[in-house]
Amino acid sequence: MKAAVVVFPGSNCDADTLHVLGTVAGMDARYAWHADTTLDDVDLVVLPGGFSHGDYLRTGAMAARAPIMTAVRDHAARGRPVLGICNGFQILLEAGLLPGAMLLNDSTQFRCEWTHLRVESTQTPCTSAAGNGQVLRLPIAHAEGNYVVDPDGLAQLHDQDRVVFRYVSPDGERSAGANPNGAVDDIAGICNAGRNVVGMMPHPERASEAELGGEDGRAIWESLLAAAGA
Amino acid sequence: MTLTPTHEPPSDEILREVALTRDEYHFAADLLDRPPNPVELGIIGGMWSEHCGYKHSRPLLGRLPSEGPQVLIGPGEENAGAVDIGHGLAIVMKVESHNHPSAVEPFQGAATGVGGILRDIFTMGARPIALLDSLRFGPLDDRRGRYLANGIVGGIGWYGNCMGVPTVGGEVQVSASYRGNPLVNAMCVGLIEHEQLTSAAASGAGNELILVGADTGRDGIHGATFASVDDPEASHRGVVQVGNPFMEKLLLEACLEVLQTTDAILGLQDLGATGLTSSSVESAGRGGTGVVLNLEHVARRASGMTPYEVMLSESQERMLVVAARGRAHEVQRVFDKWGLHSDVIGEVTETGLLDVRDNGQSAATLPITMLTDAPTYTYPVERPAYLDEVGPLDLDALPEPDDPTSAFLQLLASPNIASRRPIYRQYDHMVGANTVIAPGGDAALLRIKGTPMAVALSTDGNGRTTYLDPFVGGAAAIAESARNVSCTGARALAFTNCLNFGSPEQSAAYYQLSRAIDGMSAAAKALETPVISGNVSLYNESGGEAIWPTPVVGMLGVLDELDRRCGAGFTADGDEIAVLGAGRPRLDGSEYLSIAHGRVAGRPEINLVDEVAVQRLVRELIVARLLSSAHDCSDGGLAVALAESAFAGGLGVQAPDLPIPGRLDETLFGESQSRIVVSYPPLAVAAVAAAAATHSVPITPVGKVGGDRIRIGPIDVPLAHAEQAWSQGLELALAGHAPPG
Repeated sequence: MKAAVVVFPGSNCDADTLHVLGTVAGMDARYAWHADTTLDDVDLVVLPGGFSHGDYLRTGAMAARAPIMTAVRDHAARGRPVLGICNGFQILLEAGLLPGAMLLNDSTQFRCEWTHLRVESTQTPCTSAAGNGQVLRLPIAHAEGNYVVDPDGLAQLHDQDRVVFRYVSPDGERSAGANPNGAVDDIAGICNAGRNVVGMMPHPERASEAELGGEDGRAIWESLLAAAGA
Repeated sequence: MTLTPTHEPPSDEILREVALTRDEYHFAADLLDRPPNPVELGIIGGMWSEHCGYKHSRPLLGRLPSEGPQVLIGPGEENAGAVDIGHGLAIVMKVESHNHPSAVEPFQGAATGVGGILRDIFTMGARPIALLDSLRFGPLDDRRGRYLANGIVGGIGWYGNCMGVPTVGGEVQVSASYRGNPLVNAMCVGLIEHEQLTSAAASGAGNELILVGADTGRDGIHGATFASVDDPEASHRGVVQVGNPFMEKLLLEACLEVLQTTDAILGLQDLGATGLTSSSVESAGRGGTGVVLNLEHVARRASGMTPYEVMLSESQERMLVVAARGRAHEVQRVFDKWGLHSDVIGEVTETGLLDVRDNGQSAATLPITMLTDAPTYTYPVERPAYLDEVGPLDLDALPEPDDPTSAFLQLLASPNIASRRPIYRQYDHMVGANTVIAPGGDAALLRIKGTPMAVALSTDGNGRTTYLDPFVGGAAAIAESARNVSCTGARALAFTNCLNFGSPEQSAAYYQLSRAIDGMSAAAKALETPVISGNVSLYNESGGEAIWPTPVVGMLGVLDELDRRCGAGFTADGDEIAVLGAGRPRLDGSEYLSIAHGRVAGRPEINLVDEVAVQRLVRELIVARLLSSAHDCSDGGLAVALAESAFAGGLGVQAPDLPIPGRLDETLFGESQSRIVVSYPPLAVAAVAAAAATHSVPITPVGKVGGDRIRIGPIDVPLAHAEQAWSQGLELALAGHAPPG
């Protein structure tokens, strides 16, 4: 499986993501530069975490207008998988590839800590090999992960089974204390109507090796590999 | 030819502005054989400031051991020191203070401190892999204290998080001594292959000087001299710089890309204190050369800037690159790719002069050696009278606690002991995908990808101990940071340090500085950990009162096999708990004495033979895979150390029969150096005892791991109850709420 990790000025989880795609997941992974215009050779595009363009203007707003995003749209339009992690998710929102927006965390502070996610839909390439309702322990690291969407948009996400991950307690139950940022409906990740574009705030690339404290992130890579093989 | 107009001797006011004494002015004029012009005066003042010239501390710093087979680059040689860690790899590291800017504008002051230390590391060609921050705050029940503390933490997180360099450790202490003068010491650690190490020397006449990064503005002029005189509150915000971590991230990636893809860069130097002045002078000093700077090529942020302002601006996120003659365009092509503005602003010469020109007119002409060799001062080392007043401690006058459990809970909630999570959860401590032991442990542990190794990192320094006995405080800073590293299983290799003291012109502060360095030196020799870099911050005082003398040590250790590591948390019900080490717990200088009795008194002790032995023992036990946990027994004494291991592991402590040889409060809350709380399976009891005997280290059984309560002698409290006090203590204090209980 060929994968590209897009590097925007200010991306800072690009190297970690490339490391995990290559070394852990065994994909043929390379970087793509934000000024590039083609992604024709790859099966998977990952927009990594970081502070693209320093978060200036709005998180993800400037990166969403980079030349590479035309190629990302084409890739998505062909039904190929796109995964946005953290700032990558914010970029997908700003690019209009996913609905909604991000607000400052309700704590008003940056938060770096472990969270628990429940897989709410296995009908995406990023969750195809996970169990429905499976609880994944993954870390977050963001100041703006407080997801919002208008009521119609939220209803659509529900009706179309497009909420992919929710923050839950370790035993898989929804609870006020489990949501680290105030996101509406405890949403941690969603997909587009075509189900091939997924955005998530937590960082699976930081939880794919036992020595870093957990391997639950592998479920994402294993799903992508399984989906590509199918 | 230069034409220097004759100038009248400057007024006292002008000399104060450039932080030169009249004697220094005359000394400079004698060296030049003419009076310096105003631009030159500003340059001399900056270079001879304590911040750049170390004029009060240089004679003392030479006492620290700086040699060893592991040292690749020692103190003062380059922007940071470098240590061989094996596998052809080196760690580059340094710690630096940003105390005075943070006292005026905490968010930006702390943020730009992080920015500055990051540049010191990547100018060496190394990729920064970790940040640590050693912080000291004034009381948090004071609004301004909380404003400073929260601003400093916010600024550190803002800069490091955006850069994508994990903040993996540090420490925080709160004391009235730091009211109005908080300490912000930022440490950065980089990783590099030996042959990639890059110098900051400007060598080879005709090679080109490129200034890259932010435009030059009027911000931060006199930052170095500001940090070298007391009373920062009398200054204004104009001297504090504003950071742009995004620009720095671009600089980091662009510089490393140029170094990896071309050999056109001969030297890299960041612009820190005194900006273009010190960067060009220090580069030329290292190269034994001179430089010509053409200031009209320096991109400006403001119009009408004078040569004086351009030379002394401390605008952040700027780097000076020495490119091979005729190859500047190769370097600039990469900067362009990253959207960075760069200009060729001068070249290396053989004149040995700093030759500053503005549109062809000479603005300053000064010998490089005059600027790099600041005059030095030494003072008599006289033992101050206060030391007799603060020690020894009269124990008979201190009642023992009526309710040990309540005293224990109060101690756990103290801002000096409570969980640091409210701070480190604001820092991205995982980016880089190397963090094996995250903040909250004894030392941070980072794997080195592509090797079986890991590096352990810890900062330590205790102002209260150093105040009570400067020698012991200096020695303890080295010993404890090394002990923290040893508790992971790693072997301490080398250290960096930041010395935060009051005015060296005050006899007590000079004594503290001198004796603390002696103590550090003794411990560093005993533990075979040379110094490789450092920074000195003097004049830390406000309202005429010096801060507690605070040496901060950043220790690096190496763990050969990541698999043979140890954490601080208990891991298994039924494990035996014991204390390793000969240290005798005493109330002298303890947190308990301060919290329960409001006293800062006593005579702390350290025995370096015991220290070396206990650290060797714990490493040997960890490598032999005999231990389940190892945790330094420090602030708050045995009871707190046991509780911390319990919280980290989610397992209780059963030690109701803990032997109490003397006073109860000494056993429970007394502090000492050279003690480590360990746990191990019952099957390992004989092997642990045998190893301890071999190293002549006493081993004191404490009890067992297990249950859902903490029972230590008369202390008996549910684990969850104790953990709540501990986890909320600092959080409530930072939010302005009184601690519980």
